[in-house]
Amino acid sequence: MYDFTLHRPTSVDAAAAAIGGASDGKIMAGGMTLIPTLKQRLANPSDVVDLGAIAGLKGIREEGGNIVIGATTTHATVAADPTVKAKIPALAHLADGIGDPQVRNRGTIGGSIANNDPAADYPAGLVGLGATVHTTKRQIPADDFFIGMFETALAEDEIVTAVAFPVPEKAAYMKFANPASRYAIVGVMVSKGPAGLRVAVTGAGPSVFRLTEAESALGGSFTADAVAKVTVAADGLNSDMHASAEYRANLVSVMLKRAVAAAAG
Amino acid sequence: MPDTGIGASVRRTEDFRFLTGQGRYTDDINRPGQVHAHFVRSPHAHAKIKSVDTAAAGKAPGVLAVFTGADMAADNVGSLPCGWVVTDRHGDPHKAPAHFPLARDKVRYVGDHVAVVIAQTYVQAKEAGEQVTVDYEELPAIASSAKAMDSGAPQVHDEASGNLCYDWVLGDEAEADAAFAKAHHVTRIDLVNNRLIPNAMEPRAAIGEYDGGTGSYTLYSTSQNPHLLKLILCAFVLGLSENKLRVIAPDVGGGFGSKIFCYAEETVCTWAAKKVGAPVKWTAERSESFTSDAHGRDHITHAELAMDKDGKFLGMKVQTTANLGAYLSSFATSVPTYLYATLLAGQYTTPVIFANVKAVFTNTAPVDAYRGAGRPEATYVVERLVEVAAREMKLDPAEIRRRNFIQPDQFPYQTPVALQYDIGNYGQSMDKALEMIDYQGFPERRKASEAKGKLRGIGFSAYIEACGIAPSAVVGSLGAGVGLWESAQVRFNATGSVSIFTGSHSHGQGHETTFAQLVSETLGIPMENVEIVHGDTGSIPMGMGTYGSRSLAVGGSAIAKACDKIIEKSRKIAAHLMEASVEDVEFDKGTFRVAGTDKEKSIAEIAFTAYVPHNYPADLEPGLDETAFYDPLNFTYPAGVHICEVEIEPSTGETKIVDWVAVDDFGKIINPMVVEGQVHGGIAQGVGQALLENCVYDLESGQLLTGSYMDYCMPRADNLPSFRVGMTQTACTHNPLGVKGCGEAGAIAAPAATINAITDALGILSMDMPATSEKVWRLANQHAQAAE
Repeated sequence: MYDFTLHRPTSVDAAAAAIGGASDGKIMAGGMTLIPTLKQRLANPSDVVDLGAIAGLKGIREEGGNIVIGATTTHATVAADPTVKAKIPALAHLADGIGDPQVRNRGTIGGSIANNDPAADYPAGLVGLGATVHTTKRQIPADDFFIGMFETALAEDEIVTAVAFPVPEKAAYMKFANPASRYAIVGVMVSKGPAGLRVAVTGAGPSVFRLTEAESALGGSFTADAVAKVTVAADGLNSDMHASAEYRANLVSVMLKRAVAAAAG
Repeated sequence: MPDTGIGASVRRTEDFRFLTGQGRYTDDINRPGQVHAHFVRSPHAHAKIKSVDTAAAGKAPGVLAVFTGADMAADNVGSLPCGWVVTDRHGDPHKAPAHFPLARDKVRYVGDHVAVVIAQTYVQAKEAGEQVTVDYEELPAIASSAKAMDSGAPQVHDEASGNLCYDWVLGDEAEADAAFAKAHHVTRIDLVNNRLIPNAMEPRAAIGEYDGGTGSYTLYSTSQNPHLLKLILCAFVLGLSENKLRVIAPDVGGGFGSKIFCYAEETVCTWAAKKVGAPVKWTAERSESFTSDAHGRDHITHAELAMDKDGKFLGMKVQTTANLGAYLSSFATSVPTYLYATLLAGQYTTPVIFANVKAVFTNTAPVDAYRGAGRPEATYVVERLVEVAAREMKLDPAEIRRRNFIQPDQFPYQTPVALQYDIGNYGQSMDKALEMIDYQGFPERRKASEAKGKLRGIGFSAYIEACGIAPSAVVGSLGAGVGLWESAQVRFNATGSVSIFTGSHSHGQGHETTFAQLVSETLGIPMENVEIVHGDTGSIPMGMGTYGSRSLAVGGSAIAKACDKIIEKSRKIAAHLMEASVEDVEFDKGTFRVAGTDKEKSIAEIAFTAYVPHNYPADLEPGLDETAFYDPLNFTYPAGVHICEVEIEPSTGETKIVDWVAVDDFGKIINPMVVEGQVHGGIAQGVGQALLENCVYDLESGQLLTGSYMDYCMPRADNLPSFRVGMTQTACTHNPLGVKGCGEAGAIAAPAATINAITDALGILSMDMPATSEKVWRLANQHAQAAE
């Protein structure tokens, strides 16, 4: 990797100041995307601001009926957390299926959503559960957070501090993983709860999207049969050597049915 | 003494150091004053090098030198040779274009070596590498072997017209045509044997070192055969006297064939060590392993099988295009010819076989031996063809095989494709495999799967391989540049322990355990008193290394021969000490006894006497240290039947292997646990090829599209079932141990078994590997629509 200046601030304010003062800075949480990119010399930042030393960004708490997960909480922590497992088991399941054990023990929820990889799992988790992203500047509903491929509503010097999840009555996440990378070729989160009926799809398109046709169908009856006829058009879906758009469209239907069946229990 | 002899599942003694992080791999070695090499590689698949400007890089911090192909040419460094001359159908030798360690005028694949930067640290070398300016004139590239011979296709080498390396045949085409003319039915298939990237856990690495005081070099390298590497480097590439290069291959973390070959990087490190006056180290980054390790397989084949009305095979014709990549790797030419077409008889009595192999150059990484090397390709052709034949003839797949098996009383059996199988019992392996998988119960299991909405299939692979490579005179007559014997030195130390120096090389096979068991049993000494030394040309007699499942059959036989010499000399010493005639001295379990008396001497006492010869036969040399060379009389022929059962989810195409039975005949077995481990690993690699792995180049640009683990899918534990391994045993007739070899069997058998099971589940005849979920989903849907 190329040389850069490493910052390890111990407060969010110091982190914001460091990133604000860098000519071409990168914020690093778990580093699971950034470090491989640096090692391959595909990025050449002037500064890297490591959030790992900020104690306040870690941890999971219940607050006002929501489950609030600190931005640098690892996937493994979410997957194993008794509160998450009790209140939103679908989210624990999602976190437990990200990457591999090494990634789950380093990668963080904040890093994942700020990167917004089109095949990442958490975007479907946030949108599918109607979460709210807390940042150093504001609170952003998940529906407004994910803008496009590797693009979010975050400003250059804005740092994710936590994600607040309402507790759903029912929810499930089903994913068809890329066998090589274990990213989602297609992942579908469905939920019913305070944030309404939600169906969010990751992996299939340039960024996470809601499947409104499925949401309407579930409004009538929250059963797999209700969404049995829901299809998505292949047009505009991702197509690569691992899966064509047509295959992804099929997988959306199949994962949707599986998720609804699992959520309906 | 605990049971550590032949047949005992002794835990691998080498695992202690591997599992506790105390293995010593090439990258663990750091030499005093060592500097680091970084290779500047071609980003283009095909381009002219108009100029290379190294001035800026040469002045970068820490840089000692930057070398290009011109610098190596000035030192008369030669081309990396291909060690096996294949003679084409017109009697001409294969086309052998030069393969310089650093490219001279053109680059021919992405990753080809253009320059080397040597600096105090690796980071400095890599930083400076970015300042080497290469002026390329891009040329059109040919990455598709299917189109390589088309008129107008870009030419990889001027001297290989139409990109053809050779057009080679085996067998009599007219006889085959005559057999086909009499056929009741002809089965035809087209298949692709997908290209694979070996992916040893340890990347390749090298440290070249030069001692100005003695004028001698040392090369530490991740090699499967250090002696052969030494021979090639000295005699063909660097022009050194063989006593001036010592090659050390310490612990090596997997090779699968990819570490047999003489590569550019280790050549450059050795040569450059003298130029810069310091040891030069290079360790591949994983990305470099993807682009520059020799790849495997990559065949396109059309095959036909002629049968009579009972499904008896009358003849076979096979047309294969083999991709050799941009340059000939060390043994590339032999893989799609003598290691492939000679196995097309399989386990069957097919009387006439004709094979034609066209080997082509493309703008891709060199292709050479990879676990199985030609034999997986042959088994895939034969076992796919037989399976499709069974379906077309409406015969049970086990039955059609049984009707055509070579019978036990037909051995030794001369095949129509040059090999003579010494022994086997194929029906016995089939019977045992059918029983283990509960073949009778399959229709019920299929119904149960259907009740869950899933498709279930069963697939067979009755494979054979030629191992124990190989009788020197035979391979010599076929074009090999070397003999393929093996050496062993058995040295008793004065106080009774034994050091074994073997020309075989262990890079995961467990030789330190298996060979020690063999010696422990043969000499009657505790296993822990036996040390196995391998991988250092400075201390071991010339040997030929490890590949082609040869270590036990050839290397082990050499050890057995050397042990016999030890026993014979010891018998003379024992006779002297016990005042008996040599003929009356018997040896059993480490003790010499005079027949009919209570006189006895342990072999340890004899060893002591040999080194402290105060009371010693006058006509005998002191010492107890014997060397043997063993040249095999024939190949060995491991064979067996693997059966795979799959369950497919039609809505997604997900394929789950739900059961796997492997019944293998490896002859006599020294350590069953090591053998099972080899079978498991081999099947995993074969399943990887069948379901997941695929090396893809962009056909326009020649860029490697699967250059990381994000895109190149290795098999993992959750892709595999718990294998059920059974054994049958017919002892090899021509080596002293009765052993055959087991390292490649799983990788040879597994692809056909897997694809046969998937196509059975889908009710189709054929599909190409890898059977990705999307492919299986499309076929399942097409089949379902056709059935509606």
